[in-house]
This record gives sequence, C-alpha cells and structure tokens, in this order.
Amino acid sequence: MALDPKTFAATALHRFGFGPRAGSIASVAADPRGALLAELDRPGAGRIANSDLLTTGEAARAAFDFRQERKAARLAVRSEREATQQAIKKAADDAKASSKADMAQAEIKQGDGTPTEAMQPAPAKVNPGPGIPQLIYLEEAKARFDSALNAEIGLIDRLTWFWSNHFCVSADKGQVRPICGAYEREAIRANVLGKFSDMLLVVESHPAMLLYLDNAGSIGPNSIAGQRRGKGINENLAREIMELHTLGVQSGYSQEDVTNFANVITGWTFRPLRQDPQHGGEFFFNERMHEPGAQSVLGRSYGEGGYEQGRAVLLMLACHPATAKHVSTKLVRHFIADNPPPALVDRMTKKFLDSGGDLKEVTKTLVSARESWDAPRSKLKRPAEWIVSSMRASGMMISDVRRVINTLNLLGEPLWRPSAPKGFSDESADWLDGLTQRLDIANEIAHRIGGMTDPEAVADDALGPLASTETRQTIARAESRQQALALLLMSPEFQRR
Amino acid sequence: MTCSFHASSRRELLLGSGALFAWAYLPKRALAEGRDPRLLVVVLRGALDGLATVAPVGDPDWARLRGDKALLLDGALPALALNSFFALNPAMPNLYRLYQAKQAAVVHAVATPYRERSHFDGQDVLESGLAKPGATDSGWLNRALATLEPAGRAEAKPQNAFAVGPVTPLVVRGTAPVLSWTPPKLPPATDDTVMRLLDLYRHTDPALARVMEERMGLAAIARAGGMDQPMKNGQPAPGGTARVRAYFAEATGAAAKFMARPDGPRIGALAFDGWDTHAAEGASGGRLADLLGALDGAIAAVETGMGEAWKETIIAVITEFGRTAHINGTDGTDHGTATVALLAGGALKGGRVITDWPGVNEVTLYEKRDLKATTDLRAVLKGLLRDHVRVSDKALASSVFPGSQDVQPMAGLTA
Repeated sequence: MALDPKTFAATALHRFGFGPRAGSIASVAADPRGALLAELDRPGAGRIANSDLLTTGEAARAAFDFRQERKAARLAVRSEREATQQAIKKAADDAKASSKADMAQAEIKQGDGTPTEAMQPAPAKVNPGPGIPQLIYLEEAKARFDSALNAEIGLIDRLTWFWSNHFCVSADKGQVRPICGAYEREAIRANVLGKFSDMLLVVESHPAMLLYLDNAGSIGPNSIAGQRRGKGINENLAREIMELHTLGVQSGYSQEDVTNFANVITGWTFRPLRQDPQHGGEFFFNERMHEPGAQSVLGRSYGEGGYEQGRAVLLMLACHPATAKHVSTKLVRHFIADNPPPALVDRMTKKFLDSGGDLKEVTKTLVSARESWDAPRSKLKRPAEWIVSSMRASGMMISDVRRVINTLNLLGEPLWRPSAPKGFSDESADWLDGLTQRLDIANEIAHRIGGMTDPEAVADDALGPLASTETRQTIARAESRQQALALLLMSPEFQRR
Repeated sequence: MTCSFHASSRRELLLGSGALFAWAYLPKRALAEGRDPRLLVVVLRGALDGLATVAPVGDPDWARLRGDKALLLDGALPALALNSFFALNPAMPNLYRLYQAKQAAVVHAVATPYRERSHFDGQDVLESGLAKPGATDSGWLNRALATLEPAGRAEAKPQNAFAVGPVTPLVVRGTAPVLSWTPPKLPPATDDTVMRLLDLYRHTDPALARVMEERMGLAAIARAGGMDQPMKNGQPAPGGTARVRAYFAEATGAAAKFMARPDGPRIGALAFDGWDTHAAEGASGGRLADLLGALDGAIAAVETGMGEAWKETIIAVITEFGRTAHINGTDGTDHGTATVALLAGGALKGGRVITDWPGVNEVTLYEKRDLKATTDLRAVLKGLLRDHVRVSDKALASSVFPGSQDVQPMAGLTA
C-alpha cells in the first residue's frame, strides 16, 4: 500500500464511514482496514438501543388510533357546527316570520335577519402540531442520525443507509410514514451483516414494502377474495423485486415471470388495523387472497404451498448469480467508484455465491480489496452523508432533527422519501447540481458554529493529509473563521471520497 | 415514546451573520436618568478598507497613493464631501444624509491594539477586547453588560428570541445572559466566499468548478490572476449583491424593530461578512461599493425600524483592521492596520470626522504600507459605553477592556 498511514486512515473514514471526528484519524491510523473489519465484528453492531422506539406493529397501531381520534374529533366539530347552523337558521326564520308580522303593521325594519358570516364566529383554527405519524417519523429520524453521528467509524450505518436505499420505501405513500423508521431498523439494519436472503424475506414481507409497492391489496383472481370481489393482482412489488431488489433489469426474466411471481405473493399483506387491536399492522399471509395453484418462475415450477411458495421463490432469487452480481455492483458503485472495477465486482459476486449471500463476508471482501483503496477519491458524497460528515467534523450535535430533515429536503435527498422505487442515485453526476445549495448549507453551519472553531485544526481532524495545499491555503486566508469552515466543508477533499 | 420540541427549527441554525444578539435586560441606570438608550454594534468581518470608505481627498498624497482607484470629489462617481479633507464613498447616501443631520460620525485612522495581520486573531482582539489574541471565552460587550445593573427583563417571546448557549459571536459571549434573534431567511454566502471557492475548485477540481460557474452565472470571470475582475455577464450572481443587500436591510431592520419595542432588548450586536477585498476591490462602483451600499441600506433600515427610538440610538460599525494603503497587483488591497469606525444614530453628536490624521505618504505609513493607527478603537467603544449606556470608568478600564487604563474613553460622542 502506497498510502501513508494517516492518508490511509482518512481515506477509510470518508470512504467507508461518516468521516472523521476529532481524533479519529489518529485512532485508526495504526490499522485502518483492521478498524473497519473490527467494527463489523463488534457485538451488537448495528442495533439501535432505544427502548422508546416503536415496533412496526406498535407504530402502525398508534398511527391508526391517532387517525381515528382525529376523524372522530372532526366529525364532532362538524355535527356541532351543523347543529349551530340549524339553530341560527331557525332563529332567522322565526325573525323573518315576526318581521313579516311587523311589516304587516307598517313598521320598517333594517336588515332581514339572515345570518351573516360575521354573526357566526368561525371555530378558532388551532394548529394541532405534528400528528403521531410525523412524531414517530421524527423520532426514528433522530435515532438514525444520532447513530451515524455517534458511530466510531460508521461502516455499519453506511451499510444500513445503502441497503435502505436499495430496498427503499417512501414515507409519502399511504400509511408508510409512521413505519418507515421501524422498517429500516427491523428489516435492514438488523440484517446488514446477515444473509441477503434473510434481509430479502423480511423486507418483502414488511408492511412498509407491501404498502409502498402495492402488494398489500393484490388479490389472486382465483382466490376466495378474488372470486367474491372480482379483483385481481398488482404486479408492482413482484416486478420491482426482480428488477431492483434482486436480479437487476434485463437479467433475463420475462413478463410472464413477473406475472407468475405476482400471483405467488398474493396474500402477502398485513393484519387489518380496524379489526385487530393486538396485531393490526403486522405481516399476515392471507390465504383467502392467495392465488391457488403452482406457478412457474424463471423456468422452475413452484407448487402450491401458501406462504412457503413465495418464500421459496424469494430464496431462489436471493441466491441467483444475477442477484449476486447486481448487488455487488451496487455496493462497489456506492462505496468505491461510479464505474465499478469489474475484477472487484467479480470477486464480491463469487464471495456472495460461495457464502450463500453472507453480507458480512461480502462486505469484508469489499473492505479488504486493493481496488477499494487504490480508487481515486472521486465520488461525491450524497447530501445526507455530507451533512453527517460535516456535523462530525465540526462537532455539531442534533438538538432538533427537523433542521436536518429540512436541510436534506433542500439538498434533494429527503429522508425516506425517494421519488421512485429505484431510490436515490449513487452516481456523482446526479448530485453535482446541488453544489450551490450545499454552499448555502455550509455557510449556515459555519455561521452557527464557525466562530467557535479553529478551522485549521478542523481541517487537520477532518482531512488530515488529504487536504491539498490549495485547500489549506484557502482556509488559512479566509476572511473569518466562519468563512474558513464553510470553505473547508465545500472543499473538493471534503465533498468527495 | 417521548417527543418534545422547543421553539424554533431553522432559526436556531442561523446564529450568525445578520443575527442579533442582545442583552436580556434593560439598563437600570440609564433608565433612572430618564433615558432609554439603544446601542447596536455591527461587526464587519474580513477587514474594511477605511480609505475606500472615507477617503482623505484633501491629503496631497492621496490621489497618487491610490491612482485611478482613489475616490475623488471629481471622480467618475464623485465622492461625497464630509468636510474640506474627507469624503464619503458615494455608495453610502444614507450615511451622508445622517452625517449632514449631525447623526453620523466617522472615526478615522482607528485600530484595535492588534498589529499583526491575521483575520482570526484580529477578530479575536476586536471582539474579546483584550490587547492580544489568545484563549478567551468572553467578549467586551458581554463583560460591559455584566457590570450593568439590570432593570426589567427584555421581552423574549419564544417566536422572536430565545436564550442561547455558548454558540454566539465572541463579542457577546460571556456570563451576562444574551438573547438572540435571527432573521427568517438564510444568510447568503457572500460573493467573496463564492469566488474563493471557485478559485479553489479551479485549481483542484475542474468538475466542481464548472458546476459552480454555471450555477453562479459567473462563467465569465476572467481567468487571469484567479480571482480577477468579476464579470457578471449582465446578470446578478446568485448569492450576489442584490441578495446580500436585501438580507442586510431585512436583518438589521427587523433587529431594530425588536430593539425599539418598549420592552425589547436595548444593547446588542450583529455581524456581517465579506469585507476581505484582496482582488478587484471595486471601491467605486464595484464589489466594495456594493457591500458599502448594503451596509448603508442596513443603517437606513435601523433608522426606520427604530422609529421614535432612533433619537436614543447609536450604531457603531467596527472591523478587525484596515487594509493596505496601496492597491495590490490584483486591483485589491491586502491586510493592513488602521481603518474607520462608522457611528450613526440620533443620540450621537455627529457631523464630524474624528481623527488625528497621520498622513498617507511613504514616511507616515505604518511599516510603509498601512494607514497608521492614531486612535485606539477601545477609546471609542469606552466612550460610547460610558456616556451612552453608563458603564463605569472603573469597569471599562478593568473588566471590559483589561489593561486599557491608558486608553481614555473618547468624550463627547453623545449628543
């Protein structure tokens, strides 16, 4: 390895972690690769220890109860208003009647007594504040960012973010918002060092995914429910599992495979919230929605077996060579280079297949590979990654997570809200346009804390030997500490990894 | 599950440029005298070119010193005569108007005791009030506040202000409780920051440079000399002058309204960046003129925002040091020594340029390059603190500006 120890360490921290905190470079310089591997072996790695966080079911039920209460309150307000209007109308009618009587006595009165807007004080609009779904979303967001901020290096959090984006859901769809955080913890984070097949099974049976890609309401036409209601399948999830989650686009599956697979996973839904206060919102295989009979997927027949039929297809997809190659390519593209070195992808693909999709082994291959260290630091950090590394570099903590969320909205990577199932792009070119917005944010961060920092010390801590002479000069010559910090966070060495 | 949130979201992130930091109390002694003084300290970070702000047009060496960059009474954009010797940059018509109404004054050839040329250290000295840079955790304004006897607490409606922790500009950091108020808009990155970044990108990362150029509409910046001659290509640069100007005025105007309220804070500070004009300074119709124009607009906004309270207001505009007397090789100026302090307000005894003018020839320039400091900025600040807000002489010489016994408060600044 040609890199000197500190360059090696700083590269490791930016490329595989969330960037250095004060002292990080020195603390991993003895063996940066070893430090990364050690993070993978740490007991309890990847768990978020926070007993306040709700499980998927708890979150779904809390959100459901909340919606019911709001609805009831709305109905109560409406019926009260209607009652009031009735009463006013009645009073007005009475007044009209009496005024007619008055007119009959040749007395002229002003106004006809019809109620006007001004007479009915509109119910004061009280901002009810964020509802339960949003509060849960914020709590989960806080836990996620805290975990990344507090990580020693952050490889496991980076893996979590990677896989969460690979298997993305959107908080903007239906009732996903209150459960997207639990989804990431339960389906993704818990499995980033496990078997790919385990992650895949939990992901595709998770209510967040079943809602997001419309499988929760997909009904086999020949199932009991299908026969009764005349409804049919929705192919969305089946297609995206093949195209995005496993095999990859143009890897040889046909429309028939998609349709058949969609039939296989009919009935993969969740328990109805209204009818099941104990387990509503949890995964449930509904036999009555499931298309009966054998199905052929990728040339292999899967006999009727209820839930097991879908599980068998997913296990087949999880171990498929196309899947191994697809996810290996994406991992390398995310961590190392927009154009993944083919030899590295091949080795990871082989490791994936040989180990039965052991993601820890695949990650180790990635971290250990020579190409992973030789690649130029050309990848632009994605916005969320850049924000977290900026906060780590400058020692900022989160006091109100909404600020981070607003910032990510500005930078085009809204939290758990990708615009399509493909997730956020992992190619640098797609993020270049946001550079000027990053400058606004860097400026803001710098004004918040820049006056308290020694920019040259922050440069040492955050970049060490990666900082070019030009960048160091630019920082040293800045007109203020604030400007120096903004320039540091915007420097190519800090933007790229 | 516990979910608790406090007052504001984005505002809290913006403790910085344009944010007002003000004492949480009203000054009892001044109130007891039947006055209700307001003091607003405006810190210009980056080192203001005092000679380009208030030019010694009557100095025989002036025109030669700055050549075609010298502000002159008969220049293309004529400077505004303050008296027979000094003239104001024409980008500041409001300050000129106030000067004529005896509500603005200039202290020239003024500097802190700092004689090196590092921004960071210079700003430390400016804000700490100490004679030397070094570790300090409090600023002179805060220490002055700490000596004042408080009357009632200033109003701090949660939507407008909140107590702040340690993250405040040094000048207001310390034990006296300080509120902050932040304008709802983002402070734009200054043109200067953009140019520096662009220059860095050009040398190290062409792809990022290209994006920045395109997005900033600055593609036509002359390549020679790196940061030379900003050509705006007929359109304003985003983050550029119009935005900065609007932001300055909005931030200070709103801060003034806050301070004008009967129970609003009385003594505060805010900071503006962008004054480090190494290249293409543009004192006449260029970048510095734009910035001075924005500052001028901000002063006018304070006047408007203060309303009736303007007559009891003093604004003090200060900066860490001045700039070289000569123009450098890139049509800018480098870090120097003495500069101006600009004072404005209805409570000021204005209409004066206060200076012990040192001259600007090769003999009288400090180290043959900078305007020599003949007035200690601490004297000006001590004068204002003593006569306007009634900080005691003793406190001023000891705790507020430690070691400044020999620097007498400048008398007679207030009306």
